[in-house]
Amino acid sequence: MNQINSNEVSFIWDILNEIPDPEIPVISLVELGVVRNILWDNEVLQITITPTYSGCPAMRVMEMDIDQRLRKEGFDNFKIIMQYHPSWTTDWMTQETKLKLKEYGIAPPQLHTKQRVGALLTEGPMNVACPQCNSENTKLISEFGSTACKSLMKCNDCLETFDYFKCI
Amino acid sequence: MSQNNSLFNYILKIADNQLILGHRLSEQSSKGPFLEEDIACSNIALDLIGAANSLYIYAASIQGENKTEDDLVFLRSERDYKNVLLVEQPNTDFAFLMLRQFLFDTYDFYFQQALLNSKDETLAAIAAKTLKESTYHLRHSGNWMIRLGDGTTESAMRLKNAMNQLWCFIDELFEQDETEIALVAQGIAVDSNAIKAQFDNHVASIMQNAGMDIPTNIFMQKGGKQGVHTEHLGFLLAEMQYVHRSFPGVKW
Repeated sequence: MNQINSNEVSFIWDILNEIPDPEIPVISLVELGVVRNILWDNEVLQITITPTYSGCPAMRVMEMDIDQRLRKEGFDNFKIIMQYHPSWTTDWMTQETKLKLKEYGIAPPQLHTKQRVGALLTEGPMNVACPQCNSENTKLISEFGSTACKSLMKCNDCLETFDYFKCI
Repeated sequence: MSQNNSLFNYILKIADNQLILGHRLSEQSSKGPFLEEDIACSNIALDLIGAANSLYIYAASIQGENKTEDDLVFLRSERDYKNVLLVEQPNTDFAFLMLRQFLFDTYDFYFQQALLNSKDETLAAIAAKTLKESTYHLRHSGNWMIRLGDGTTESAMRLKNAMNQLWCFIDELFEQDETEIALVAQGIAVDSNAIKAQFDNHVASIMQNAGMDIPTNIFMQKGGKQGVHTEHLGFLLAEMQYVHRSFPGVKW
């Protein structure tokens, strides 16, 4: 690949799309929606990212992974900018990404956040399908699972416990 | 007080509440009543400390002088911390710490919701992020109130005791000084008086389901927002700041 092509923003999107999420390696940082924007500001490449959860310990790792990958591709003049607005939402995930999560054994976020407003204070996730057997006869064990972004659930039919990616 | 100064102090008040409560809760990590709950509490502690971190970064940028969030967290003493007394109260039993969470979560949920409308864009953006997390926190601690209050005689008694010890810290949550009132007038700060009714309603409805009475005629304790704390904060800071103060400038 020659220099002009490798500086194309679309090429950079492609390479960042190859960086796996540190905790859910089947999806990339781009698919997760953490990478928000890529642009050249004069000679400086600016990568804008947004945190999934405020205290997510994986954010630092994500920044380091982006940093390392860009250096490996020969970029050394870049800046990673943390942006809070608009705040990260699972609504940005495509159907394809959700399917990848399901195949990996994580129930993907249900619905759209807008459909859940109002019920949020009293109701947890409803009718989440088990990623193993697709049964909707499941129950919530804990709102807070193995990572900040997941809840822990159990299928009443196949009896498997599974992670549910919270809809936020 | 200059505009920047009052905004800086206002941000610290919000962040200090989250940091100190997050630290208190983190002291409980590995001591939860069962594994899933232990993980839940550690998750919530991380959210709180993470939200505080975003605010400290913003505050440090206003302060300038090459200050960082670490300076604000590790190099301020008790009198400089402006958190409310509620969040610094030390852990005793699970009912106590979950009630402390519930009272703060209820306040914080309505507070962050109101902060979404702040004319300060950074505060509003951080609030949008925090609110999503606060919603989970409040649902979690609210469910525990009902489970404990409506549970066994023992759990109800422990929740009642906790209520008698913690209710005296409620009024302080809604206390506002002159600089805060000035920020409210500019559309930057949240008018705490405006969220008091929402707080009261939610607490009343959950406590009714939990079969708990809300204490009345209790003398209300205040002082945290002016930096006058209970003796417990000093011990917390001593532990939290020890490494940073022993090895100035250390990074990890």
